[in-house]
Amino acid sequence: MDPDRTATQPATGAAVTPVYDDAVVKMFFTATVVWALVGMLVGVIIALQLAWWPANLGLPWTTFGRLRPLHTNAVIFAFAGNVCFTGIYHSTQRLLKTRMFNDTLSRIHFWGWQGIIVAAAVTLPLGLTQAKEYAELIWPIDVAITVIWVVFAINFFGTLARRRVKHMYVAIWFYMSFVLTIAVLHIFNSLAIPATLVRSYPVYAGMTDALVQWWYGHNAVGFFLTTPFLGLMYYYLPRAAERPVYSYRLSIIHFWALVFLYIWAGPHHLLYSALPEWAQTLGMVFSIMLLAPSWGGMLNGLLTLKGAWNKLRSDPILKFMVVAVSFYGMSTFEGPMMSIRAVSGLAHYTNWVIGHVHSGALGWVGMISFGMLYWMVPRIFGREVRHPTWVSHHFWLATIGIVLYTVAMWAAGLMEGLQWRAINDAGQLANPIFLDITARLEPFLWLRLIGGTMYLVGAIMMAINFWQTIRGSGRPVEAAARAA
Amino acid sequence: MADEQNNGAHESETAYGRFHRRVLEGRAAVFAIATTVAISIGGIVEIVPMFSASLGPETIAEVTPYTPLEQAGRDIYVREGCYLCHSQMVRPMRAEILRYGEWSRAWEYQYDRPFQLGSRRLGPDLHRVGGKYPDAWHYEHMRDPRATSPGSVMPAYSWLLDWTTDPADVTASVRALSKLGHPYESTDEEWVRGQMQSQGETIVANLAQTGIETSWDREIIAVIAYLQRLGTDGRRVLEARETAQAEEADAADDTRTADASEVSGAGGSR
Ligand code: HEM
Ligand code: HEM
Repeated sequence: MDPDRTATQPATGAAVTPVYDDAVVKMFFTATVVWALVGMLVGVIIALQLAWWPANLGLPWTTFGRLRPLHTNAVIFAFAGNVCFTGIYHSTQRLLKTRMFNDTLSRIHFWGWQGIIVAAAVTLPLGLTQAKEYAELIWPIDVAITVIWVVFAINFFGTLARRRVKHMYVAIWFYMSFVLTIAVLHIFNSLAIPATLVRSYPVYAGMTDALVQWWYGHNAVGFFLTTPFLGLMYYYLPRAAERPVYSYRLSIIHFWALVFLYIWAGPHHLLYSALPEWAQTLGMVFSIMLLAPSWGGMLNGLLTLKGAWNKLRSDPILKFMVVAVSFYGMSTFEGPMMSIRAVSGLAHYTNWVIGHVHSGALGWVGMISFGMLYWMVPRIFGREVRHPTWVSHHFWLATIGIVLYTVAMWAAGLMEGLQWRAINDAGQLANPIFLDITARLEPFLWLRLIGGTMYLVGAIMMAINFWQTIRGSGRPVEAAARAA
Repeated sequence: MADEQNNGAHESETAYGRFHRRVLEGRAAVFAIATTVAISIGGIVEIVPMFSASLGPETIAEVTPYTPLEQAGRDIYVREGCYLCHSQMVRPMRAEILRYGEWSRAWEYQYDRPFQLGSRRLGPDLHRVGGKYPDAWHYEHMRDPRATSPGSVMPAYSWLLDWTTDPADVTASVRALSKLGHPYESTDEEWVRGQMQSQGETIVANLAQTGIETSWDREIIAVIAYLQRLGTDGRRVLEARETAQAEEADAADDTRTADASEVSGAGGSR
């Protein structure tokens, strides 16, 4: 029922809680909060650069072209990555009722990953890049990622091997697909011949390179920003709601359908391109089918709250989670629509895609993470959150911020998409000057900046709140509650 | 059972549920293998055929690799992250063809490593920019985008005017690329430097006509060489094909008009 109900009633009689390695959870937790602020701050900076070009500062290291990959890498691999590791190290031990396989491996994973992030933060502004979205890091860092990922995989599967429950809970399935698939994606997309220590050329050329990259890119979304977070949803949402997961059958069906279908969808990034027609069609068809298992996950999450809806009114943690799952549903509806060739014809290249990205990233990834962190802090640090009302403020700042961000981007994207293609009665472009259209985007870019800033301010409030909680001004949690 | 954590609130057991629990949830290795199989199929089906001549992207002999100077410019394009604002893929749509020119063919990219299609158009597409503007326009534009394009949001790249390219470094690139099958006449540093210098001097001479003084080893020269190359192979090949087709059609028309019984012309639908 409750995902790890029995963790509080150890079969052996001895207290089980102390055997868990929560120190590493706290380390990943701290890294998460720090990188969240860094990644989102860079997001706000590049949003400003697009609205007001002088913010590029005239320095090589601070131009949009160099900072944008810093933003994407920081939010995906540093923020979202550390969130996943925090949740996985915390929940896996409890779900399997055992300590992580090896404490040293846990530490190597932690420090190795943070080292990779620091290396990314240094190299990207220097312009050292492989220029593949979400796989920009230069080859020596790619090698390091492979090594650290193998360490993580050994640690994770080692823990599975010594679990003290017979059956693996659904969250574990999703974590497993994360560990395995990211390894496959990273290795095959990174194959390259080095020219120097900092430069290399991919073994694939042209459209093949593009296809491999978007096979990777779409599944970075699928297996870095979706499956581990669904795993987190399956653990933390039932715990926060104190309700069992709605449907076991649905978990089985949507898990297998999701992992099978996701991999095919990459070519929806290359519609109308020179990619062979058959591959474009496969990508489009599988993307549309992907709606079903995505909504399976959303429904399983939302319906878990059946009978607990009243809690939603008073509990900001559940609010974060419910808004997250709703945005997950929305962006996984929008994505398949954008995969239809004709819709892609309008949306591709425009700000609409940015709206879609951030409804998934801010709405789904960000909100489920905040919900999980607020739920976890009292339980791992033993103190109640210092400013409970700030949690609500954070929730509203973030929610309104997302709405401003995405609405601005949808409007901007639709407008530019239509104006780029508009043809007048004489059969000529209605807006022959590209920059005329760019100028009309400006108000929307400022609106996005306001929305993004609100989101960042919410995250800063969270960080201060946690800081004060942990530094000792939070009220100690009662022992019984803490045992979770 | 204590560990039936997965069970939904009021669900009855199903056969596949029992199977899933017994065969997969109880055995991590089996579960891991099944997952790996499930996530591999789509990738294999889509990617492996890319390496076959009939199903993969077309390649043609008329397209040649970038010269060392152009490749150096391309590496700067990559370094500065130009692809984050500019696409290099004209879609086969009326408005795009009007705005940018011929739509992009797969074989035009056959020496593109990494590919630079891009996924955003914060600025215009660049796939057909080669030959569109004079060299001096690019020089001014990179120095101060608003000097040539009022209202542009592009950052200024004035350091490209000062920073220099290093033939030794470019040689390393040429060597790596030739390992990947790019046909270069030579991979000697002397050859690379000579190529860079002679192509660079032409651009320097063009710039001198508008009073711009610079030298062949500046990064801006490499960038200009790259930008002026973009899309030109494609245009050349497509134009040649069109001419050939037109000649063929003319020839066909000639034979037909000779045959008095033939009424309708053939070339009309081209
Ligand atoms: C304070 C919050 C944030 C702001 C202000 C922000 C802003 C931006 C901006 C301005 C861009 C470039 C858009 C363009 O090319 O026109 C961008 C891209 C991107 N951001 Fe964010 N961002 C924020 C948070 C996040 C988070 C939390 C994530 C992920 C978890 C994320 C993921 C991405 C991704 C993946 C892209 C690249 C999109 C693409 O290539 O199409 N962002 N962001
Ligand atoms: C069923 C699920 C989904 C489908 C079928 C889908 C489909 C798409 C499509 C068609 C694009 C536009 C590509 C383009 O025109 O350039 C796109 C872009 C993107 N989506 Fe989704 N999407 C889905 C869910 C999500 C979710 C949940 C997230 C975030 C957590 C997400 C993140 C992104 C990102 C980061 C991009 C930008 C890629 C780039 O251009 O750099 N997507 N998606």
